Amino acid sequence: MADPLLRIEGLVKRFGGIVATDQVSLDIAPGELHAIIGPNGAGKTTLIGQLTGEIRPDSGRIRFQGTDITRRPTHRRSLQGLARSFQITSIFLDLTVAENVVLAVQAHAGHSFRFWRRVASDRRLQEPARAALRQVGLDARADARAANLSHGERRQLEIAMALATEPTMLLLDEPMAGMGPEESARMVETLRALKGRLTILLVEHDMDAVFALADRITVLVYGRAIATGDPDTIRANPEVRRAYLGDQGTEAADG
Amino acid sequence: MMRPASLSSPSNLAAALILVLLALLPLFAELLASPFLVTLFTRMLIYAIAATSLNLILGYGGMVSFGHAMYIGIGGYVVGIMASHGVHAGWLQWPLAIAISALFALVIGALCLRTRGVYFIMITLAFAQMVYFMGVGLEEYGGDDGLTIYNRSSFGSLLNLSDKRVFYYVCLALLVGALYLVHRLVQSRFGMVLRGSKSNDRRMQAIGFPTYRYRLTGFVIAGMICGLSGALMANHNEFVSPAMMHWVQSGDLIVMVVLGGMGTAAGPLFGALAFLLVEYLLSRITEYWQIIFGPLLILVVLFARGGIGSLFDMLEGRRRG
Ligand SMILES: Nc1ncnc2c1ncn2[C@@H]1O[C@H](COP(=O)(O)OP(=O)(O)O)[C@@H](O)[C@H]1O
Ligand SMILES: [Mg+2]
Repeated sequence: MADPLLRIEGLVKRFGGIVATDQVSLDIAPGELHAIIGPNGAGKTTLIGQLTGEIRPDSGRIRFQGTDITRRPTHRRSLQGLARSFQITSIFLDLTVAENVVLAVQAHAGHSFRFWRRVASDRRLQEPARAALRQVGLDARADARAANLSHGERRQLEIAMALATEPTMLLLDEPMAGMGPEESARMVETLRALKGRLTILLVEHDMDAVFALADRITVLVYGRAIATGDPDTIRANPEVRRAYLGDQGTEAADG
Repeated sequence: MMRPASLSSPSNLAAALILVLLALLPLFAELLASPFLVTLFTRMLIYAIAATSLNLILGYGGMVSFGHAMYIGIGGYVVGIMASHGVHAGWLQWPLAIAISALFALVIGALCLRTRGVYFIMITLAFAQMVYFMGVGLEEYGGDDGLTIYNRSSFGSLLNLSDKRVFYYVCLALLVGALYLVHRLVQSRFGMVLRGSKSNDRRMQAIGFPTYRYRLTGFVIAGMICGLSGALMANHNEFVSPAMMHWVQSGDLIVMVVLGGMGTAAGPLFGALAFLLVEYLLSRITEYWQIIFGPLLILVVLFARGGIGSLFDMLEGRRRG
């Protein structure tokens, strides 16, 4: 790969005795949709946390757009174009759906030491926010309080907020967790529409979704990346089948 | 509860009506031949300004400052100390009261805002106690006994604050100004950051906000407005003492904000008026008024979780459907 957008080199993170990230190295190309799969506790969320800067790695480096961001604080990484959605939905429950997204736009529209003008009548914030809501199909719910959204809608809002920051790269931690089949299908469609327009790192348990969407897949087990490759390679990898995919992988491979 | 209600919501209409009545109060007082009313309500207006400033950080920013009365003391002492040195010009006293309050808020906020939750409450309280004892230690300015102010702030021939009615209207105008200022602030980009940070600070940082500096700015603005209320209080009482910034005063301010409706435009107005009116009426009935007052507050908090303001809005909702 010539110029990866994101390069992870020898990343290590320990929590006491647990090695949550164990010498993970990974390159992600611009425009790629890269999925990370692995059993619970494999270290997927921990890896994303280190990419966003919420968790400090013990060793290793993270490069984004060619610059070393390993020690950069979270908000600066976000401004640089690295956006995440949380595994546990983390929206502003007290605010409206539109306000949630407006905040995300505002975060990237210069400083917020602006004390007088009303946000509600600021088109430079409102228009991109509406656009992001349209992309995930939530525009009809713009004025609802975020607390009143269904689970699936909250996840869609999560994505809209990440999109509103006009990121170069989107980090999605189990966007379909806890969704019914219908909501999942909608999310797959949303992601498919985004694919190629920006680089996406997708952590997801829904194997059908992963194999349908991903350009490449990395399998994480006990903090180690045991395999990386395109979906066919991953399906065929015997170590992966043994360690993780099991019957479900056979089904995915055969069906 | 967090959304700044439109200006035409029932609670804001009620607030507008109250403000009109307040504007007429000196006339009522004259008709009733009880000038004492003007004094009583002046005190309420000043506390309402202080509560309005606390509402900015507590109601909209989620910062439970348990030391907010400190700025009443600081603003008051600036006026008192300057007056004792013969500097009576309000144009000097009041801006300096605001500036010194800002300075204290900046330093204290910079330290306190690194903590959260109960720690934040405790550390703001600790700093307020420190400032309280600084006041006690000001021996040359009366120490524990306080300092009498012989001349109110002077604004030349423009305003004569010794005229109780003029002073009342100055306080009323500043209250309206403070309410409107906070109302606009919380709808601005700055205010969105404050409200977002109250709701989910972690997410705010994840989407790119260095929230600390915005919260600190809010903390300083609140300190400044409250410092101004302190300058008014010094003029009102013609006296300053450490008791102005006793922690019980800070607690009262919190109760006013909660009682009126946290994070609502008019909440501090309702809260301060209700708190001080009930306190006044009960204290005329019995000297043990606090025994009644406490449970009363608990009832309001239990049955009107959004404070008095939400009662107006609920009544409206019931009437509609
Ligand atoms: N803050 C933490 N403190 C201690 N252990 C943690 C912490 N976060 C994660 N872990 C541990 O690290 C391992 C990886 O967790 P996680 O990254 O959440 O896995 P996944 O997202 O793949 O399910 C687990 O064993 C988990 O218990
Ligand atoms: Mg996880």
